[in-house]
Amino acid sequence: MTEILKPDNADQVLDAVKWAVSEATPLEVRSLGTKAGFGRPVQAGRVLDLSNLSGITDYDPGELVLTAGPATPMAEIERALAAANQELQFEPMDLGPLYGGSTDAPATGTIGGVIAANLSGPRRVKSGAARDHFLGFHAVSGRGEVFKSGGKVMKNVTGFDLSKLMAGSFGTLAVMTEVTVKVLPRPEKTRTVLLMGGDDEAAVAALCDALGSSHEVAGAAHLPAAVAARSGVGYVAGAGASVTAVRIEGPGPSVEHRCAALTDQFKALGAVEELHSHNSIAFWREVRDAIPFTGDRAGDQVWRISVPPTAGAEVVRRLTDGLGGDAYYDWGGGLIWFALPTREDAGATAVRAAIADCGGHATLVRASADVRQAVEVFQPQPGPLDELSRRVKDAFDPEGVLNPGRMVAGV
Amino acid sequence: MQMPDPDQRVIERRAEIIKAMRTIVPGEGVIADEAMLKAFECDGLMAYRQLPLIVVLPETTAQVSQILAYCHLNDVKIVPRGAGTGLSGGALPLADAITLGLSKFNRVLDIDYPNRCAVVQPGVTNLGVTKAVEADGFYYAPDPSSQIACSIGGNIAENSGGVHCLKYGLTTNNVLGLEMVLMDGTVLRLGGKHLDPGGYDLLGVMTGSEGLLGVITEVTVRILKKPETARAVLLGFNSSEEGGDCVAAIINAGIIPGGIEMMDKPAIHATEEFVHAGYPLDVEALLIVELDGPQIEVDHLIEQVGEIAKGQGAVYSRISETEEERAVFWSGRKNAFPAVGRMSPDYLCMDGTIPRNKLALVLKRTAELSQKYGLRVANVFHAGDGNLHPLILFDANQPGELDKAEQFGGDILKLCVEVGGVLTGEHGVGVEKRDLMGEMFTEDDLKQQQRVKCAFDPTHQLNPGKVYPTLHRCAELGRMHISRGQVPFPDIPRF
Repeated sequence: MTEILKPDNADQVLDAVKWAVSEATPLEVRSLGTKAGFGRPVQAGRVLDLSNLSGITDYDPGELVLTAGPATPMAEIERALAAANQELQFEPMDLGPLYGGSTDAPATGTIGGVIAANLSGPRRVKSGAARDHFLGFHAVSGRGEVFKSGGKVMKNVTGFDLSKLMAGSFGTLAVMTEVTVKVLPRPEKTRTVLLMGGDDEAAVAALCDALGSSHEVAGAAHLPAAVAARSGVGYVAGAGASVTAVRIEGPGPSVEHRCAALTDQFKALGAVEELHSHNSIAFWREVRDAIPFTGDRAGDQVWRISVPPTAGAEVVRRLTDGLGGDAYYDWGGGLIWFALPTREDAGATAVRAAIADCGGHATLVRASADVRQAVEVFQPQPGPLDELSRRVKDAFDPEGVLNPGRMVAGV
Repeated sequence: MQMPDPDQRVIERRAEIIKAMRTIVPGEGVIADEAMLKAFECDGLMAYRQLPLIVVLPETTAQVSQILAYCHLNDVKIVPRGAGTGLSGGALPLADAITLGLSKFNRVLDIDYPNRCAVVQPGVTNLGVTKAVEADGFYYAPDPSSQIACSIGGNIAENSGGVHCLKYGLTTNNVLGLEMVLMDGTVLRLGGKHLDPGGYDLLGVMTGSEGLLGVITEVTVRILKKPETARAVLLGFNSSEEGGDCVAAIINAGIIPGGIEMMDKPAIHATEEFVHAGYPLDVEALLIVELDGPQIEVDHLIEQVGEIAKGQGAVYSRISETEEERAVFWSGRKNAFPAVGRMSPDYLCMDGTIPRNKLALVLKRTAELSQKYGLRVANVFHAGDGNLHPLILFDANQPGELDKAEQFGGDILKLCVEVGGVLTGEHGVGVEKRDLMGEMFTEDDLKQQQRVKCAFDPTHQLNPGKVYPTLHRCAELGRMHISRGQVPFPDIPRF
C-alpha cells in the first residue's frame, strides 16, 4: 500500500518535499486524483495528497481575480463564480465523464489540476486556455524551496512569466500551494446556430469563415453524422446527418443579431436550426467533455489532437482510413477528438504520422495504464526542444522527485 | 544604475570581432563607426546611454545563428534590439556587447485568413501587422501606444499591452508560435498555427523575457476580424474614487468594454491644451469607455454604461456620434505622454499595476509624495486592468532632479507592491526597475527565475545586467545541499 502524505498547509508541503529530496523518494503529487488517467503513470513510492490545501481565500468580483488553494474543487469555484454571475472564461473541460464518471454530475477535479493540465474548452478559440487566465502562484519547487511568480492583478510583466511554465506541467516542476486566476462576467445570453449535413471539408470551411467573421464566435464544432446521432440533444441526435455548430454569446439583442447574420450565411449550405439556452449549454458540454466517447464507447482509446484548423478534415481522413474509429471537431477544426477500438500501441505511430505534414500535437487522453506506460502520451518533441525542456525540468526539480515520468519517460 | 563591469579583454578584441561579424553579415550590416553607433546608444528610456561595442544587423535566421554561435564560443555578450522603443532600458547597450538589431527582419511571410493567423518577421512593426491584413478587414489586437514604431519581436520580448487588453488580452494571449535562436546558435520552433503545443510552455515564458532567453527570428500571431463598429463615451467625475467605482460598477454589470481609460485632472489639462479634444476641465477624473462589436450591441451597452455612470455620480457625459468624434475622444489620451512632455523638460513614466479598489488610496499617497519631492505628477490609468501610469515631471538640467524623480518613481512602485500590486504592468523591468525587484520578490523567487535563464543561456551572455539585480553564476544557482537521510520524516498527516 502506497503511503500518502497529506499536508495541511504550505509549510508542511515544504517539509514533505525537503524530506523527499533528502530520501531520494519521488512523490506523486495529486489532490482528488480525477486526472490520474491523463499522462503517463507516475513512478513514485509515495503520494503527496494536497486535498487539504483547499478553499477560496480571496475573491472580489469587481477585481476580476480569484485566489484559492490548489485543491479547491472546481464545483466550489464554479458555485462561487456563479453567485456573482461570473465564470472561468476558458471553460475548462471536465475529464470526469471521459474517465467513467457521470455525464451530468457537478464539475469534478480541482483548480490546481485544471491549471496543471492547462485545460480549456470550446471557448478556447476566443478566450484562451488555462494558461491565459492563470495570473500567479505560490509553490514549493522540487529543490525544496518556496517561491512565487506573477501576482494578483491582471496585467503584470514583472520578471519571467513562470505561471505559463506551471500551466500544463502536470506537477512535474513544483507543487503549487496557492493559485490566482482571472475571472470574467458570464455572458447574458447563449445561442447556437446549427447547420445540418455537409462533409467534413465543407463544415471546417464554414467554421473557419464563421471564426474569421466579426461575430465573436465562442464555439465552433463539427460532429459527423455517426457522432451527432449519439448526442443527448434532440435536435442534434435527430438530424440524421452531420451537424456543424457555432456558438454566439453576449447581450440579448446582439446575440439575436449575430445569430440572424450567421443563419443567413449558412442557409446556402444546408438546413439551419437554432439551439437556445438549455439545449445550447447541454450541447457544448458534450463537445467540451468528449461525451460522445463515453458510455458504451468507454472502452475505446481516445486521442486529443491539435492542428491548424484547415488541416483538420484531412487529418481525420487519414486517421479513420488507417485506424478505423471515429472523430469529431472542436476549435473550428483545430481540435480533433478521435476514438478508436483498443490497440496495444493506441495507433500512436499512425496518429503522429497523420499530423506530421501539417504540424500539431496529439495527446493520448484515455488508455489503460499499461498502454500509457508504453506509448508516448504527449507529442514527442524534436531533439533540441526536448533537451531544453529537460533543462527547464532540472531548473525546478533537479532530483526528479515530483511526478517523475508523468509527461516523458525518465523525466 | 550600476551595470556589470565591461570585460576589457572583449573590448580589446573589438577589431577581431568586427572582422568575424563581417564574414557572417556582409555589406553594411556591421556598424562600427562611432557616429553611427550613436543612433543605438539608448532605447525609449533616454536617461541611460551607452555606446555598444558594435551593432550587427543580420537578415536571416542562419546569420543570427552563426553570430550567436561565434559569440558563445568567444565570450561576447549580446543585447537584442527591436525598434528601440522600449521604456525600461531593456535594449540599453553594453560597452562589451554586440547590439543585435532585428530591424532588417521586416517582411510579412504568410497571411492565413482561414486559420486566422499571420507569420511575420520580428522587425515588422506592431501596426505593420495590422496594415498587412486590414484591407481584408482583419487586425492584430494588442495596441501599445508606440504601435506605429515598435516591433512585434520587441512586443513579445516585453509582453506588450495597450488600451484594449482587458477584452483582447496581452501579447502573450495573441502569439501562437515563434522561431528563436538560443545563445549557442541552436534554432528552435515553438508552437505554430495550432493551439497549446504540448510539453512545457516555453512560448509562454519567452513572451515577456526581455531578451534574456533567446533571439526571436519569426513570429506567428493571431489576427482577428475588426469589430463591426466602436463608440466611446467620455464620463467626468468629481473624484477619482467615483471614477474608479464607476469602472467596478460597469464590470459588475457584466460589461467588458474594449477599453476603459482614466485620466486625472493634471493629465486632462495637459492633453486638452495639446490636442483640444474637448475634454471637460472642471472634473477631477475623466473616463473614456469604448464599446466595440456589432452596432446593435454597442448602442445597447453604451446606453447601459451611461446609466451606470449617472448612478455613480458622473457630472459629465458625452457619447461619440461619429467615427471622427470617437477618434477625437481618444486623441487626448493617446497623446498623453507628449502632452505631459510639453509641460516639463523631462518626465518619467511609471507603470505599476494595482488592484483597482486601491486606486483612490494610491492616488492620494502619490499626491503626498508629489508634495514631499516637490515634483508634479499627472496620472493616466488603464482603468480596466489596474495599470497605472504616473508621469513624473522634472528637469534633468537641474542638478539632482533626475535622482529625485527616480526616487519618487521608486516610492510609487513600492506603494503599488504594498497594496497588492506589481512593479510593471506592460513596460518591463529592464534596467529601470531592476533594483526594485527585491520589493516584490524574495531572493528565492528571483533565483528560481534565474534558473530558468540558466536553462536557456547558461553562460549569461544574453542581455546581462537587465531585469535581475544580482547575477548569480548558473553553477551556483544549480547547486543543492542535499543531506541524504538527514531530514526527519515530516510531521504531517499520513495514511
